[in-house]
Amino acid sequence: MIVGKSVPRVDAFDKVTGRAKYTDDLCDRSALLIRVVRSTIAHGFVKSVDISEAMKVPGVVRIFTCFDVPDIPFPTAGHPWSVEEAHQDVADRLLLNRHVRYYGDDVAAVVAENEVACAQAARLVKVEYEELPFVLDPIEAMQEGQPQIQEAFPRNILKHTSLRIGNYEEARQEPGLVCIDKWYTTPTVQHCHIENFICYAYEETGKTVIVSSTQIPHIVRRTVGQALGVPWGSVRIIKPYIGGGFGNKQDTLYEPLCGWICRELGGRLVKIDIPREDTFISNRVRHAIKFHIISYVRPDGTYVARKLEMFSDQGAYASHGHSIAAKGMGCFPQMYPCPNLECDAYTVYTNKSVSGAMRGYGIPQAMFAYESHTDDVCKALGLDPVEYRRKHIMPVGFKDGFSKNENYFDTFNQCMDKAIAYMDYWKKREAFKDQSGPIRRGIGLSCFWYNTGVWPISLEHSSCRMVLNQDGTIQLQVGETEIGQGADTAYAQMAAEVIGLRDYTDVHVVSNQDTDVTPFGLGAYASRQTYMCGFSITQTGQILKKKILEYANELTRVPVFDLDIEEGNIIRVTDGRVLMPLSDLATEAFYSLTHSVHITAESTYQIKSNAYSFGCCVAEVEVDVPLCRAQVKKIINVHDCGRLINPALAEAQVEGGMSMGIGYALSEQLLYDPKTGRGLNNNLLDYKLSTTLDHPHLEAQFVENPEPTNPFGTKALGEPPATPVAPAIRNAILNATGVEVDDLPMNPKVLFKRFSEEGLIHDLWREEK
Amino acid sequence: MYDMKELYEAFSVQEAIELRLAHPEAQIIAGGSDVLVQMREGKRAGKELISIYLIDELRGVSLDEDGAIRIGSLTSFSHITKDPIIQKYINVLGEAVDLVGGPQIRNIGTIGGNTCNGVTSADSASTLHAWEAIIELTGPNGKRLVPIRDFYIKASSVDIREGEIQTAILIPKASYENTFGSYYKYAMRNAMDIATTGCSVNVRLSPDKQTFDRVRIAYGVAGPVPMRAPSAEALIQGKPLTMKNVEAFSLEVLQDINPRDSWRAPKAFRQHIAVEMAKRCLMEATKRCGGEIK
Repeated sequence: MIVGKSVPRVDAFDKVTGRAKYTDDLCDRSALLIRVVRSTIAHGFVKSVDISEAMKVPGVVRIFTCFDVPDIPFPTAGHPWSVEEAHQDVADRLLLNRHVRYYGDDVAAVVAENEVACAQAARLVKVEYEELPFVLDPIEAMQEGQPQIQEAFPRNILKHTSLRIGNYEEARQEPGLVCIDKWYTTPTVQHCHIENFICYAYEETGKTVIVSSTQIPHIVRRTVGQALGVPWGSVRIIKPYIGGGFGNKQDTLYEPLCGWICRELGGRLVKIDIPREDTFISNRVRHAIKFHIISYVRPDGTYVARKLEMFSDQGAYASHGHSIAAKGMGCFPQMYPCPNLECDAYTVYTNKSVSGAMRGYGIPQAMFAYESHTDDVCKALGLDPVEYRRKHIMPVGFKDGFSKNENYFDTFNQCMDKAIAYMDYWKKREAFKDQSGPIRRGIGLSCFWYNTGVWPISLEHSSCRMVLNQDGTIQLQVGETEIGQGADTAYAQMAAEVIGLRDYTDVHVVSNQDTDVTPFGLGAYASRQTYMCGFSITQTGQILKKKILEYANELTRVPVFDLDIEEGNIIRVTDGRVLMPLSDLATEAFYSLTHSVHITAESTYQIKSNAYSFGCCVAEVEVDVPLCRAQVKKIINVHDCGRLINPALAEAQVEGGMSMGIGYALSEQLLYDPKTGRGLNNNLLDYKLSTTLDHPHLEAQFVENPEPTNPFGTKALGEPPATPVAPAIRNAILNATGVEVDDLPMNPKVLFKRFSEEGLIHDLWREEK
Repeated sequence: MYDMKELYEAFSVQEAIELRLAHPEAQIIAGGSDVLVQMREGKRAGKELISIYLIDELRGVSLDEDGAIRIGSLTSFSHITKDPIIQKYINVLGEAVDLVGGPQIRNIGTIGGNTCNGVTSADSASTLHAWEAIIELTGPNGKRLVPIRDFYIKASSVDIREGEIQTAILIPKASYENTFGSYYKYAMRNAMDIATTGCSVNVRLSPDKQTFDRVRIAYGVAGPVPMRAPSAEALIQGKPLTMKNVEAFSLEVLQDINPRDSWRAPKAFRQHIAVEMAKRCLMEATKRCGGEIK
């Protein structure tokens, strides 16, 4: 068995020794550099751009402005294209924009020989604007009379979807119901992957080649083709190793601009390397969402009628758009089923950074609101949060009508049991009762809902190519990308197991995708890759194996049905005898004078299933009330992502997600100046990403219920770890202090406000004033 | 790639003074952890730099003949923290600078740069204020000594004159003798951060350890430059070690400090934290003196 073992990553040695090549390592030093000149107003029209002074800077080659670019609006979202027009992504931006819609929008691009010339020239480009009023809040932006950000969307509503089950109005009239009516808000945060977005472009054999730090090379090929108005086949995207993405690079960022400038300069090698400050403001961010939840419950906690409203802050351009809010709303009726529901989700343009995909895709926001609300219901009714969940959360056997996802196992209870045991939950819950001192402890729980991939909302498929080498090893190619998560290692393990190879090291994964060479695949998102590749690797591996065994039949005269491959040997099934090593067969196949053949296999599998992936987080916090600080002291995530392909990698994935969750809970927030719309803290000092000193040990445990729909019994793990952490910490603060903190991040400023409001802090000198 | 016009390298104090006189517009650079960041941001883009980083005579901690602790301006934060003289006499300074940024910054960053930068948030600055440090500057006319309180003119502006460089920071014996301190850095995370507010308190108790003989308190980010809280200091001098006095002392700091409202933190919050920090630092420093607050 190779699957299920914690084998070392296939790329570990190259990465830790610095041998692995990333985009910037590969780019020739002769490249001209591109620097984007950004708008210094939140909303308006560019009247003119004066480049005369900037052009005088030594080393400046060209400066392109928003008046030079083709008038072709293009979409950027890293979604599979839809052949149905109604389901295509919104195309609402140009390569450089005359109508600037946020502070930091792309107005011009300086091309120069070096970084200093780029920076100097960018400062000298003078842009004259016709300023318009701007709006930064989605609820405000929906009102009449607000500035119109995108011409085609009245009241700035990109999309509004609704869900109605039963009769909310009638049901809530039932006598004796308790009403819990609350708002929860989540902030704008950024991915902060270690490698900023970077790409370079050149022309070769009449094609525009773009080497890019992207999660989605095949999708970017299409969007670049669309943005430039050129045939998609004339664009070639190459994806090297990348230093993280977390969804920011599940979007088309500056590949079209880079490709266009390259073409304008006659195919000259040009590179765009986005600085960290611009990465924060002018790439993508997580949607800030405001939730309004009204629950009518019976005294035993049974939900009778519920209403949900979501207002999702899209920022200036559509990117992934409403998909995020839609996913967040979609799980509401599933997680705690209720017969009478009214749900509405709005995604609204504002004059801020563009929101796109980010690890969890709406679910970290949703879990904060929903699981905080669960504890608020418990508090209102005097019920225990664990017992409440055991009784009311999605039952075993629940089946979602749309996705056909089924809750096959008692996953929620199994995960909670593990977390409770590790944390010594019940003892602590007792010990933390009735605290009154300045420093208090609390313990809190949150479950989470997730699914795997995007079926049936959009296309899911995976293509795989396997090529047998002379020594019996294979090359493996898929369109699903390694972005640091360890996907290549999982592919190698799965392929070795399907074919019957000696070890996973006998699978050479071609890590880099090249759209001219790599089979078509959709890329890294939606926690889909291991699940989806499980199908294509199984199918392709079986095709390859059949061809090998047919060749073995020629050599051994044993019928194919009596042959198998085990640990790299051709064996006779009837008695297990080793007939020959696979390596001997491979060499013979390559060089045979009677029948020479290169044994290869390639196939696509379209996946028409999806899978729930559930679990929970329990956190223990220490709250220093006078200093308004909450610190996580102990924490665990428990996941049921089906059968683990590589437990060590799975654990690493969970730890990374928990770290992201702790930052989301306690410190991260991208701020905008209300007077100008300018980003205030777009650097790694002022944006408070949590550090290792802000974390306790991050414990990751698993429940392995094999997922029946997948050949390897696996399902989503990439994003889920980040989803339950913030509500667990929030509920722990509630347990410690009795204070409901409903706004993320729960940083000292927010805690100061809430503790003052709730009377935990009495600054007499402040009240006297 | 940095946008710098020229870089002049000084290998001795004398060379540095000559370069300063020859290039009065040039920016002095030591470890570079502030200057290079600002240069990249465009604030000091295109400037000439005079590097003093290789002047080894400005490194290290020693005791002068009069007992003053002499800290060479180029001494890195990590060296200060690990220095035996610092640990013996003024350990709180080592603790304070050990909270700067992360390990790499503490290896490259110097205490001279931290003070010459003139920012209110510098982790060394409040402690140096609380210990009444003396800044030694060396210029064409020799050495000049300035109390740290006078060294800071306004935000990002310090008293370095034509041809001068800062060569040392001195802590007089009268300041550190029988005195113990405590520093609290309030930041929004536990590493890689600048202080929202920093508070440094040091205490000398009466010989019977029953009363506060001398208490000094200084803040970072409670005003445009690091500042003492003289009203609070005066209030507690000579008072017995009681919780009531500690509380009164900590509230009294509000008479002295003047934090501002900003997107980083509202004024009321900074004031609230400043009071709580004064209390905790005073209690900790008293404990380190061997005193017991009743």
